[in-house]
Amino acid sequence: MAEPTPSTTPTPPAANDGSAPAFIELKGVYKRFGKQEVLRGINLTLKHGETLCIIGPSGEGKTVMMKHIIGLIKPDKGEIFVDGVHVNRLKEREMAPIRKKVSMLFQGAALFDNLTVEQNVAFPLLEHGVRDRKEIDRRVREALQAVDLDEHRTKFPTALSGGMRKRTGIARAIIDHSECILYDEPNSGLDPIGSDIIDQMILRMQRRFSITSIIVTHDMRSVFKISNRVAMLYRGEIRFLGTPDELKTSDDKIVQDFINGRSDITC
Amino acid sequence: MDFPSGLLTVPGRTFLHFLAYLGQLTALMQELLIAFRSGVWRLKLVAQQIVAIGYGSQAVVIVTGAFTGAVFTFQSYAKFKDFGFETTVGAVVSVALCRELGPVLAGLMVAGRVGAAMAADIGTMKVTEQVDALRVMGVHPVDYLVLPRFLAMMISMPFLVAESISFGLFASYLVTSFGYDMPSTWYLNHMLEHTNMEDLSIGMIKGFVFGMLITLISCHQGLAAENGAVGVGAGTTRAVVISSLVMLIVNFFLSLLLNYIFPIGTV
Repeated sequence: MAEPTPSTTPTPPAANDGSAPAFIELKGVYKRFGKQEVLRGINLTLKHGETLCIIGPSGEGKTVMMKHIIGLIKPDKGEIFVDGVHVNRLKEREMAPIRKKVSMLFQGAALFDNLTVEQNVAFPLLEHGVRDRKEIDRRVREALQAVDLDEHRTKFPTALSGGMRKRTGIARAIIDHSECILYDEPNSGLDPIGSDIIDQMILRMQRRFSITSIIVTHDMRSVFKISNRVAMLYRGEIRFLGTPDELKTSDDKIVQDFINGRSDITC
Repeated sequence: MDFPSGLLTVPGRTFLHFLAYLGQLTALMQELLIAFRSGVWRLKLVAQQIVAIGYGSQAVVIVTGAFTGAVFTFQSYAKFKDFGFETTVGAVVSVALCRELGPVLAGLMVAGRVGAAMAADIGTMKVTEQVDALRVMGVHPVDYLVLPRFLAMMISMPFLVAESISFGLFASYLVTSFGYDMPSTWYLNHMLEHTNMEDLSIGMIKGFVFGMLITLISCHQGLAAENGAVGVGAGTTRAVVISSLVMLIVNFFLSLLLNYIFPIGTV
């Protein structure tokens, strides 16, 4: 079986050193849906400018964990801090300042169907009180150029391919200069070229804006290409946390089976 | 003999579900009030909704009002003639249309057309994570999705009721004048003599209240939608059924109250 090969070009930007303050912190986070215990005491710290990939089997709570960080889901137990603010104590309307700092790319991009690409991208600016038409146009053009979508600005989301929708989602996530972006499976459903384009976008965002990123993905090529650190979620707990090199050399059978795509099922 | 526990648990559970539902509607109403008091009314969205609700419902409301007025006149004329009261048809039809038939039938039609659209639109946004995308951008879904619809409904509904009444009366006039050769002056005199501002006011007030109920119930079903397309479909059906039933029940109590405030037949 072929080993996952990390791409040689480009490489992820170096993460901040140990002295950088924690931007995101999860302390003993538990979450249960009905009888299913999804998260079982998650502890995780992410520093400014760091890129963390979260891997793990489907249905293990990767997206749920991400949604906790941005306050879309409240934990049953535990604490979540974003830039020093205890977010699970905040009410929905009090989350707005945190959500200006942290944005999210949803798995299906979650673009508004009734708005064009440029209207979708301009949406956060308008909602955050930017009224200068020229300023909005300039920033929309800048964001769309960053994701190579400037020529599709007047199209509606239904006329876009999966990759273009995700790139529009990235443009919408970066336009208001968020400090952190959460990516929920940015490569899912894309062909290898489309997937590589998204990886390049994420790397470009990291370099240009020093954005802190958390990426939920199943694409091991992407993991080795874009991450500074990797966390593997397994049965509601963090099974592995370390650098991509440490992941490759991990002697944990479950980790090795996952990254090499090996199952125990025999036909 | 043991008392069968099911006899208590089923109604008990139903009652608790009902209380929970009322609680959710109250919470939505509270959020709506906060959104209203914030003063950010998004007038462009309100205008778009007025077009969708008010302008878009013209045909159904006109046809419903006109044919209800026509058939009510046709049926009552035949019976009234037996008693020699045929000249009073105009007055009876007018008061019935203003106080009951106009607002109730317009409300039922709007619940079917607009309530279903509200639940389906918002429900689709919910299951495709567009509602979460709003939240992530720091926009409260009630501010953006519910308040504009609520304001548009408040403005449109009284006009739609007035339209329904007007076309019902016009159709009634045509049936008596051209169908039964009743002198039009008799019809008009009796109608104008026995219809007063209080009758019209009751219709408008009912339209306003029904509009509120339809928006609240339908938007709640949309925001509560889950489980993909099936959930949206079920939510849409519930929105129409609950809106219609609640409207008919509320209409009875509202009639008692309004007839107490504006007694019928005092002029």
